Amino acid sequence: MAREKSSKDNAQALFHSLRSAYAATPVNLKIIDLYVGFAVFTALIQVVYMASVGSFPFNSFLSGVLSCVGTAVLAVCLRIQVNKENKEFKDLPPERAFADFVLCNLVLHLVIMNFLG
Amino acid sequence: MSAKESSNAALRYLNTGNTLQHAFGDVLSYFILLLIGILAFSIRIFSVIKYESVIHEFDPYFNYRVTQFLTKKGIYEFWNWFDDRTWYPLGRVIGGTVYPGLTLTAGSIWWLLNSLNIPLSVETACVFTAPIFSALASWATYLLTKEVKGAGAGLTAAFLLAMVPSYISRSVAGSYDNEAVAIFALIFTFGLYIKTLNTGSLFYATLNSLAYFYMVCSWGGYTFIINLIPMHVLLCVITGRYSSRLYIAYAPLVVLGTLLAASVPVVGFNAVMTSEHFASFLVFIIIQVVAFVYYIKGILSPKMFKVAVTLVVSVGLAVCCAVVAVLIALVASSPTKGWSGRSLSLLDPTYASKYIPIIASVSEHQPPTWPSYFMDINVLAFLVPAGIIACFLPLSDASSFVVLYIATSAYFSGVMVRLMLVLAPAACSTSGIALSEAFDVFTRSIKFQLPGVSKAEIDVGETSSAIAEEQNVAGKTEKPEETSKDRPSRKKKKEREHEEKPTKAKAEKKRLLALPLVATVVSLLLLVFLGAFYVVCKCYFIKFGFSTRPLALLVCKYRILGMDAEDVYKLHCVWAAAEAYSAPSVVLSYRAHGRLHVFDDFREAYAWLRHNTDVNDKVASWWDYGYQTTAMANRTVIVDNNTWNNTHIATVGTAMSSPERAAWDIFHSLDVKYVFVIFGGLIGYPSDDINKFLWMVRIGGGVFPHIKEADYLKDGSYRIDSQATPTMLNCLMYKLSYYRFVETDGKAYDKVRRTEIGKKYFKLTHFEEVFTTHHWMVRIYKLKPPKNMIRGKTKKSKPKTSSRSSSRSGTKKKNPWH
Repeated sequence: MAREKSSKDNAQALFHSLRSAYAATPVNLKIIDLYVGFAVFTALIQVVYMASVGSFPFNSFLSGVLSCVGTAVLAVCLRIQVNKENKEFKDLPPERAFADFVLCNLVLHLVIMNFLG
Repeated sequence: MSAKESSNAALRYLNTGNTLQHAFGDVLSYFILLLIGILAFSIRIFSVIKYESVIHEFDPYFNYRVTQFLTKKGIYEFWNWFDDRTWYPLGRVIGGTVYPGLTLTAGSIWWLLNSLNIPLSVETACVFTAPIFSALASWATYLLTKEVKGAGAGLTAAFLLAMVPSYISRSVAGSYDNEAVAIFALIFTFGLYIKTLNTGSLFYATLNSLAYFYMVCSWGGYTFIINLIPMHVLLCVITGRYSSRLYIAYAPLVVLGTLLAASVPVVGFNAVMTSEHFASFLVFIIIQVVAFVYYIKGILSPKMFKVAVTLVVSVGLAVCCAVVAVLIALVASSPTKGWSGRSLSLLDPTYASKYIPIIASVSEHQPPTWPSYFMDINVLAFLVPAGIIACFLPLSDASSFVVLYIATSAYFSGVMVRLMLVLAPAACSTSGIALSEAFDVFTRSIKFQLPGVSKAEIDVGETSSAIAEEQNVAGKTEKPEETSKDRPSRKKKKEREHEEKPTKAKAEKKRLLALPLVATVVSLLLLVFLGAFYVVCKCYFIKFGFSTRPLALLVCKYRILGMDAEDVYKLHCVWAAAEAYSAPSVVLSYRAHGRLHVFDDFREAYAWLRHNTDVNDKVASWWDYGYQTTAMANRTVIVDNNTWNNTHIATVGTAMSSPERAAWDIFHSLDVKYVFVIFGGLIGYPSDDINKFLWMVRIGGGVFPHIKEADYLKDGSYRIDSQATPTMLNCLMYKLSYYRFVETDGKAYDKVRRTEIGKKYFKLTHFEEVFTTHHWMVRIYKLKPPKNMIRGKTKKSKPKTSSRSSSRSGTKKKNPWH
């Protein structure tokens, strides 16, 4: 009984500390996180749709899901490079990081449009 | 900018900021790279010089034909091409089953040159694609090794790759095969991956994905990349070397790479559905989890992090087990566990010989013998372990990748001799690292020995015992820079040494292994002598056409003439390029009584077919010659080198192993008009169809059970002399090969099998001979048309005779061809 209570307390304490730690992150990083969340959510919706309706045409499904996952991954890379607490990238100007992000997205979406069918 | 100034600069033991010196060093290294590229190109054009500008072997003829089609009809026709001139009556979807990288590359080169009004033919563009891309591959090796250990190692590795025989063998001028561009794409992809890992830039990650796309377009061996990189990522994660650069290097590659791979028609949905790619997805998920864990660890306090861990582990474990169980059920439901036959034969080398005789029969797919390692990578074979050790001091992400690459490629090269080619870049990289590290040690010792500089620690014990070897090693390390220029000047060499210092000026503590100054200076002098001697020797040997290989082995073993291993390497490489690997195999030659005899029988036969048969006639032969027949003779064939349809090949194999009447029935049902066999008995050509006959029996017997290998064997071997079995003496292959052979020398002595044949005088009832080439190498026969009237036998008795003959041979199985 006591263990359950303590684990519940633990979970609550964990939740609180996570929340407070996250509230301290700067706004631009939060925007990127929101974008990542949106992309993953869209991917999940597509998977649910595929599960209900069927996977034909498969290439469209693949390109749709992979485009969402792809932009999520690229946004995470951008976040890593822009984060001021990250020692490895302190020489990298954030404009350069953003330009790389845009370039990679361009290539990704070019391939997506080709594969969408 | 004088030599004196730069050597003074070195003596001062500063030089981290002298930009002019840096610039000079850069210019020098680019100049050396250019020379290495020229070397790589020129060593591969021996075949054009010795024979002519012709396409070699079998597979390149198919690629050449596809390129011709591409240049004539355009890219849209190429994607949608259905070829009805092969695998009659099935045809083949070329657009969807060929790796387009090579043909598109050569086609673009041709188109570019033509649009600049340089009217080269398609054949010339195809023949010279391989040497151009080998020059590019050596530059890519420079990129890869530079990222691991610095510019010096890069240059050495590039030089080694330009000359390594196993790569030369698949990329001579005329060897127009996938590997010509695929090896460049492989090294370039790996190089860009390491660059992304070192810099953490998303730009290089994009370039990496595009290079991977080019690799997928070019060769089926791309699965090596998409399994090696996840393996390396997993290794980094497990050994605690996770960093955000690793995430940036790997995660975009997986997503972009899968999409790009799926865009290539030949791969298609295999990119997500076959087991070869599952490793990449698994590691993708793992790296997301690891990245998330590191992020949470960063923002929480340690106590809270522990709580989080226990919570997640308990919940996550249950979910994990469920997912893994589903995955295992999915994979286990397919009979090959989702792997393709070729990949399975790589993992389990005995798989092909048990289940897929077609794959087992290809000579390139056999395991290599020990001598072929020394033939193909020569001196590198014993430099590689030194390189592996050098990678561990210190171990970085990039050097752990190189170690993993060499380990896996060494294993795969042991499974299949064709994959020695994948081992070559890894071996060159590690050897380059080894040589450059040794060079580093010795030039540092020289520098510390120069008058005016103090603080030299002399490690007497080591140096006295190791001087002899190290002199040779110093000799080795000097060689690469030496011979890449035509006239080595000592001044330039000294400058280069000193300029290496600023690029390698790190504040690491290294044990100062200072050799006695006199010894090292003497070794350098010896080097200059050897350089001059080597250049002279090379000209002498090549001019007189000696085989330098026995001499090279002798020298390597006994150090006669004072030549060291590096000289041996170069002598051997040039010999290998000139003699062993330049033969086009369409044209054969040998030297006898001071004259060169050339056998051009293959092209003679194809030309005969081209000019003396109707365009729509179907030609049957064993599958080895299918590509050449469609390309050079321009006739429809039944089976060719693509070997995608085992049953069709087994049909042809059964026909070759059956008696004349049964074979005629099979060929007639396939609309075949002409059959040809390759026969080497008159001149002693060992790769003829009688020697390949065992595969025809095995493959045919694998599908049609009435062909039994035991019927053809006498005392466990295939014989064609008087002791041969009656089935062997009556089969079509025997008859077509030895028809009228007794007329050549009266005794019918077969030079390859070294015996007189069993049945010398016989007539052909269902085939007629239409052409035999000059040296009897290719023999072409025509099917006799079916008789209009059956004399002497009525239709009713026909089934009885056939059933009697089948019961006479003792089989109860119904022959499907009667």
